Amino acid sequence: MSWRVAVVAELRDETDTARTLALDVADWPGHDAGQHVDVRLTAPDGYTAVRPYSIASGPGQRRVELTVEVDPDGEVSPYLAREVTVGEQLEIRGPLGGWFVWRPAQAEPVQLIAGGSGLVPLMAMLRSRAAAQSSARFRLLYSVRAPEAMLYADDLLAGDAVDGVEVSIAYTRKAPAGWSDPVGRVDAARLAATTWAPAERPTTYLCGPTAFVETVADLLLAAGHDARRIRTERFG
Amino acid sequence: MPNDGSTDSFLDGNAAAGALREVFAVDVTSAHGQCVGCGNTGPMADARLFADAPGLVLRCASCDAVLLRLVSGGGRRWLDVRGLAYLQFSDA
Repeated sequence: MSWRVAVVAELRDETDTARTLALDVADWPGHDAGQHVDVRLTAPDGYTAVRPYSIASGPGQRRVELTVEVDPDGEVSPYLAREVTVGEQLEIRGPLGGWFVWRPAQAEPVQLIAGGSGLVPLMAMLRSRAAAQSSARFRLLYSVRAPEAMLYADDLLAGDAVDGVEVSIAYTRKAPAGWSDPVGRVDAARLAATTWAPAERPTTYLCGPTAFVETVADLLLAAGHDARRIRTERFG
Repeated sequence: MPNDGSTDSFLDGNAAAGALREVFAVDVTSAHGQCVGCGNTGPMADARLFADAPGLVLRCASCDAVLLRLVSGGGRRWLDVRGLAYLQFSDA
């Protein structure tokens, strides 16, 4: 698979530390929700760095959108989330990965569980579901540090992408004023209250930082979910 | 679950899809592989990816044995799959 040129067409700040890059990619073959691309940056001295980024846009959208959260120690994300400008060309390779994907032909209940910027590929699944007018029953549990760290807040709280989707937000450090649910990390009680029961036989897509994914996957297994129906994507 | 001598941060096999597509014509991460060490079978996307090495290493999610190594350098690529008994691909 060869590298393609992607032109930065639009930049949208999602939070103080995350930005969406909307890319024009000639002859983009289309993608499935949940897939990613590799982005390659080349320094003037020829040094290259390649990193995978999940695609946030739905399969039918005209532009390929990536949402990049800054890792202060990272080589690539600070550049993509802070420095890159409209009109600039990037090199991308993809779409990649055929496992952590949701396709509209799937009719079973779906549980999405995101920690922080792990929401990105799950947002593509919500957008794909809405665009396909799928009647698959979806629930989303989104664990996020504080209201100001929430990605796609407008889409999640009122948008078409969540029409008919049960969305639960778990604030881990700070909640909005008047929030009645407990503030803190996702635990067994929270999972039981907000996610499909094992008897519903959902397919679960779980994405977030490694520690979050490990913790939640263990809780799901302890609650009786089938390991074969849990798909995970960890990032560093 | 993993015996976990290795506490370094790792990713899922998913993230190796691009590097593997430089060698293979189809997506290896959605293929199911069997570990020679413990016999566990699962999608390569669920293996543990260590990408900080001078190449990439995929380890069994059950026993941590090395399944696959891919190293590039000096205009060559080295692929070591001796930790895999087989890879099973879907026709779809």
